[in-house]
Amino acid sequence: MTEKRVKIKGSGQRNFFRYDNGMNILMLGWELPPHNSGGLGVACYHLSKALALQGASIDFVVPYSAKHDNIDYMKIHSATKLSPIERYGLGAYDSNFLIETQPGAETENLKDIRSVQRHYTKFVEELVDGKDFDAIHAHDWLTMEAGVRAKELTNAPLIVHVHSTEFDRAGGNQGNPIAHEIEYQALMIADRVIAVSQITKDIIVSKYNIPADKIDVMHNAIDVESFNDGYAYDNRTYKYLEGLKDEGYTIISAVTRFTIQKGLEYLVRAVAKANERYDRIALLLAGDGEQRDELIALAADLGIADKIFFTGFVRGKQWRDAYSVSDIFVMSSVSEPFGLTALEAAHHDNALILTNQSGVSEVLNSIFKYDFWDVDRLADQIVGIATSDALKNELRQNVMREYAMLSWNDVAKKCMNMYAAPLPRIGAFA
Amino acid sequence: MSEDVTKAITEAKRGITLYLHVHQPHRVREYSVFDTAIDHNYFNESDPLTDRNNQRVFNKVAEKSYRPMNALLEKLLATHPAFKVSLSITGTWLEQAEQWGPDVIESFKRLVQTGRVEIVSETYYHSLAFFYSREEFVRQVEAHKDKIRELFGVETSVFRNTELSYNDSLAQWADEYGFKGILAEGWDPILDWRSPNFVYKPPQTKNISLLLKNYKLSDDLAFRFSNKEWQEWPLTADKYTEWANATIEDAPLINLFMDYETFGEHQWQDTGIFEFFEDFVGRWLSNPDNTFYTVSEAIDANEPVGELSMPSTVTWADAERDLTAWLGNSMQQEAMGHLYALEKDILRTNDAALISDWRNLQTSDHAYYMCTKWFSDGDVHAYFSPYESPYDAFLYYMNVIRDLRWRLHETHKTGGLRG
Repeated sequence: MTEKRVKIKGSGQRNFFRYDNGMNILMLGWELPPHNSGGLGVACYHLSKALALQGASIDFVVPYSAKHDNIDYMKIHSATKLSPIERYGLGAYDSNFLIETQPGAETENLKDIRSVQRHYTKFVEELVDGKDFDAIHAHDWLTMEAGVRAKELTNAPLIVHVHSTEFDRAGGNQGNPIAHEIEYQALMIADRVIAVSQITKDIIVSKYNIPADKIDVMHNAIDVESFNDGYAYDNRTYKYLEGLKDEGYTIISAVTRFTIQKGLEYLVRAVAKANERYDRIALLLAGDGEQRDELIALAADLGIADKIFFTGFVRGKQWRDAYSVSDIFVMSSVSEPFGLTALEAAHHDNALILTNQSGVSEVLNSIFKYDFWDVDRLADQIVGIATSDALKNELRQNVMREYAMLSWNDVAKKCMNMYAAPLPRIGAFA
Repeated sequence: MSEDVTKAITEAKRGITLYLHVHQPHRVREYSVFDTAIDHNYFNESDPLTDRNNQRVFNKVAEKSYRPMNALLEKLLATHPAFKVSLSITGTWLEQAEQWGPDVIESFKRLVQTGRVEIVSETYYHSLAFFYSREEFVRQVEAHKDKIRELFGVETSVFRNTELSYNDSLAQWADEYGFKGILAEGWDPILDWRSPNFVYKPPQTKNISLLLKNYKLSDDLAFRFSNKEWQEWPLTADKYTEWANATIEDAPLINLFMDYETFGEHQWQDTGIFEFFEDFVGRWLSNPDNTFYTVSEAIDANEPVGELSMPSTVTWADAERDLTAWLGNSMQQEAMGHLYALEKDILRTNDAALISDWRNLQTSDHAYYMCTKWFSDGDVHAYFSPYESPYDAFLYYMNVIRDLRWRLHETHKTGGLRG
């Protein structure tokens, strides 16, 4: 094992030095901050950083070309010349935009996500040529084909990291058959599978018939240091809500995409029910999505239109301040493989109410839980917290201790062990 | 038919009562959660290129409609001594014109000075106040009367309510208030066998007369004129005169009520609407038995032929002729409900800017932009909305209402914030 000192930036406050432990990892991802559309990019960023700090050398492939000034702990490869925005235009990692096109045309024409995927795979094939990797770590369905090809070419162990399955993304619908097929094939061929929660593992076992002992659950963590970037809450961002709080109101929030998977309709109904019993509450819905109009109409139908504040898509300060102005954060997801936003909300001093269908609820105890459809129970929990400062403060303080113990270093250690001993090598190519 | 009526018909000429409605709302800008409680400017959209920019819309319509149509009306008044027209001009329109088109106001003044152009009364803010607050409604009618007197030096004596919304109790109010006439839609399901081409009397009234819109002939111009799918397209002045003559064979009146913007904006100049109209006026008056009436003259010349009751509200809008385009969905009901709930607190402040903002938010167009009944009438609503969707219109409006509450609370220590 060759050891050399490598300087690392991008840790939030100061520079670290690490030792190269000689472990070479090919990391296949779809996005990294600041060019991310969701939690996948955040998780990849922190996991890679923790791995780098523990000595791994990482080659990270993304499907677009862009600067990542915040990252110097690994080598980032751009598989296409697309800008991140063009890649978003293809629907980020949703399979809704998945169209099967003729193979062969992809190098010139990158207008659909399938072509980008093929281009990505081709790029990876060239990248691994003549190189020696200790492990291939592929994140979610968009990179899985490339992972399988890299394994075929290098015979390095393939680890498939599942942040969400097509069953989650489809939100109770059938999902896209091509995405299902890609996931199934890769999960079969993979040497090891990482699931971000027990819920996700159960889906992989029950829906794809993958042996349970091939799958390790590794919950995501939160890098508290990354929040120490000089941020200070600005109480003018949501000035009206601050005014309500002065009047004794409790602010409930959800920070999310407005899709059926997120179960927001149940949340709105629960707020209406809670409002019948205790009306000093308001709901901040931060985000946007195809369900927005439906939610607005539902709120008006329930007579609580002026209880609900729609921000539209928020980033930066407006996003951080949405957590900060809120007292209770609700994750109402019908199906949520993990749910990083719950940890972010906890960090910003929220009491948490999470569905049992959210992976993150597996690692926290000082929270309220409910089944996504149980509007009555959620309404009870909201009223309970809103009417008891003691309860609210207990929940907030205790959950803060809990999330702080979730560390990317621990996740990276587990990964490192897996890279070192991926056996049994099920499905290895001869 | 009574003897009086027979006498009235034989004595009076057959007349067209042309009534045009002039209005622009103060559209709400994209007013977000992040503006709420911080920026109290609701109506001045800074982007000059959107249709939420009130100045841009006013200038566009002035160019396409107000200036050319007023020029045509002036010409027709000069050419034909029998030509007459009635206008209702909202207070919100007049405020905009004072800022962005004083020459247009001057041209309206010249029309009124001929003595053959009558101004019709309505609410200053083109509001639905009648359905929410009778006191506020009366204040707006009086504010409009004052404004008309100040600008044009005339008194109004015939009333029309926003979007021609009408019911028996409105007529009874207008009668008691002292109006001699009131306008309404001549809608078949209510008229039954009766014709809109006579003057009627609303039930339980003493002196007021009811004029009904002939919606077939009115909408031929307002909605169908340029529609190439219409089997009568293209509509010629000759054909239209023939229809008008046939309509009035055994009746005294044709009431053509429509938006002023029919001329030049809804029907663009290149459809030939201006030439058509000039031609039609000439042809109509070439028959010595024909004339034009102002709304007051139509009432003076014709005794009511009978009583006509409309217990439920009728408007001139859509296939339903009701208020569903404004108050049909729960967003619209919530928004208006919250706005009018502030009445007492707002008025008590005597804060002129706050009261003016509150009243400008009553303009019915705001609710109209939240309309979701897309199907048979959807195209019309979509065409008239400056917002991406009715849901956006609703969100911006609700944020503005919250800001009103904020100002009440912060500046005047009245009312509470609500959420």
